Amino acid sequence: METLIQQLINGVTLGSVYALIALGYTMVYGIIQLINFAHGEIFAAGGYIGVITLSLLNSRGVLESHPVLGLALAFLLAMAYCAFLAVALERVAYRPLRKASRLALLLSALGMSIFFSNGMMLCQGVYDKAYPTQLYATGQFTVGGAVVSYIQVYIVAGAVVLMVALNLFVNRTRLGKAMRSTAQDRTMSALLGINANRTITITFVIGAILAAAAGVMVGLYYGSVRFDMGFVPGIKAFAAAVLGGIGNLTGAVLGGMIIGLVEVFAAGYLASEYKDVFAFIILILVLYFRPTGIMGEQVDDTRV
Amino acid sequence: MATDLIRLGVVLAWGFVLLVPMLGARLGFDTFAFEWTRIWKVMGVLAVGGLLVVAQRAVSARRPDRAHAQHRSRVHVPAAWGWAALGVVAVVFPWFADNYARDVAINVLVYVTLGLGLNVVVGLAGLLDLGYIAFYAVGAYTYALLNTHFQIPFWLALPIGCVVSAGAGAVIGYPTLKMRGDYLAIVTLGFGEIIRLVLNNWDAVTEGPNGILGIKAPGIYYPVFGEGAVTFVHFYLKSLLWLYFVALAIAVVTVVGVHRLDRSRVGRAWISIREDETAAELTGIPTLKVKLLAYMLGAVFAGLAGAFFAAKVRYVNPSSFVFIESALVLCIVVLGGMGSIPGIILGAAAIIVLPEVFRGLELYRMLAFGGAMTVMMVFRPEGLIPAGRRKRELRGEAAAEGDAGA
Repeated sequence: METLIQQLINGVTLGSVYALIALGYTMVYGIIQLINFAHGEIFAAGGYIGVITLSLLNSRGVLESHPVLGLALAFLLAMAYCAFLAVALERVAYRPLRKASRLALLLSALGMSIFFSNGMMLCQGVYDKAYPTQLYATGQFTVGGAVVSYIQVYIVAGAVVLMVALNLFVNRTRLGKAMRSTAQDRTMSALLGINANRTITITFVIGAILAAAAGVMVGLYYGSVRFDMGFVPGIKAFAAAVLGGIGNLTGAVLGGMIIGLVEVFAAGYLASEYKDVFAFIILILVLYFRPTGIMGEQVDDTRV
Repeated sequence: MATDLIRLGVVLAWGFVLLVPMLGARLGFDTFAFEWTRIWKVMGVLAVGGLLVVAQRAVSARRPDRAHAQHRSRVHVPAAWGWAALGVVAVVFPWFADNYARDVAINVLVYVTLGLGLNVVVGLAGLLDLGYIAFYAVGAYTYALLNTHFQIPFWLALPIGCVVSAGAGAVIGYPTLKMRGDYLAIVTLGFGEIIRLVLNNWDAVTEGPNGILGIKAPGIYYPVFGEGAVTFVHFYLKSLLWLYFVALAIAVVTVVGVHRLDRSRVGRAWISIREDETAAELTGIPTLKVKLLAYMLGAVFAGLAGAFFAAKVRYVNPSSFVFIESALVLCIVVLGGMGSIPGIILGAAAIIVLPEVFRGLELYRMLAFGGAMTVMMVFRPEGLIPAGRRKRELRGEAAAEGDAGA
């Protein structure tokens, strides 16, 4: 029973991270029908900026005196950086290909993914960069025999805050409305005076902000980041987005949770070395039996 | 000119913002240092490169006729001559090369085979496969296991490896082919990873990450005319010179095979599926079967290359079959020109030989390939040596985009 609760807690933590990344995939796919392969690398870049900020603050002694401020700064800088990165990515690799074939766009995304992960490797080296974890939020408490660390609480709480903010943004603001209408019909909304390019850029920026937060969270949770850390979570998060129904925000969160839980339970009860395999198998099964996902509507040829 | 310079300024400023934290911060264990020198170096390279582009644009804007003339005055050499020359070079080359050059050449031939195999799937049938290296792994492990457990020789294992690879292609292809476009890409990526993870973890059969040792090289029997009777002597083709010719034979079989497939009824069916699947289906092409065939035949060539790889290195382990290898093969196909056989040969040569020439820049290899992939898609989606049909199709769309942008 304790292990079950423990797995559940770990699964939800991991699931929140996947959900944050999956939101970026699903928004971008919803608006330009592109699997943004470089999204995983943006997530990794967020993790790197987090560790760079925290190390800088740590070396100046700020982290010891103001741990909460330091963490907030790490998140904010990571988000800002990834926003800049996503704008550059969209402008350089995707905007010139608006009218090109889908295959060309996808290959361009793949190229950028390889470019970014290798760029990070060249900048920061091939080895793990350790978060100075000893200085903040080290406590833990027990619930029904299961150990919950404060980091896990912060991750889930942070993810919930971001998701609520995203929901408000998409449903309550003019920009959110522009996003939804561009996703629905780009030509029509352009005719109605919505700047499609600007809306697409904003979509990328929001996705990148969420991914950056996820990157810092993963860094805090596992204690380190690596240049290739974006690849596998990127695929899993995409699987989550598809599982939930691509283009659907609630679906992405749901899919992220499911993938996170499945991974943790599979690792705990079946075979830990095959945990990645389970995520891929879910992806394949979903695409085979219900390509529209759990929450997805009927998708026609032009979208799939 | 002025607007170009302003643009360059924006690009440089943007790049600067992105580079400063990533490149400048030097993290040690519990230490933090900041280095400006690396940033200035990279910024310097970017600025010089940008200025060259701006200058080039300014010059070509002033002399538009000349820029056009350069495009038109292509020397036209009959294709057969080119192939004959290439064949002669391929046969003569290893006799004059040292072992290092032979090794590089063998790698090129292996990647030519892989590139052409993937070309069947991506270039002809238009199905983006991001897990292609899995079939290479299947071929390699098939030969490795057959040889180490049952002492089955290379030439017998080669067809078996092809059949097993084709089987794997069918198993992976069948459930995925109902999907279209990008979903297919992500699922093949998933399958590729599954196969690698299984190879890595199924210790009882694959020895896990340790890999399989003691694989035999390809052998041949040659006759010795003794006293009255002819005896056959077995001889392992261990030296790189002989292995080169085995690789060449495999590559030639692949080139001829893919060329014939391209011109065949099935090849035209693939192209029609690539262009418009619904229309293809309506004209009576059994799309599912034909796509499955593309997968299986693509896998066969990867299986050939894989078995050869295992025989050449005489050792296999899962780390040879990571995703980045799939990306590399895809890069060859894209760079060379999707659907174009000479293009893919050139692409394979470029991608294998260039990093060897620029040895000091080895680290930047994948960075350059990733960047090149995007740059190719933006500026020259048809590849270095485009296949005729593909070129017209892609250029038409690119031209429309150019008009809208200007």
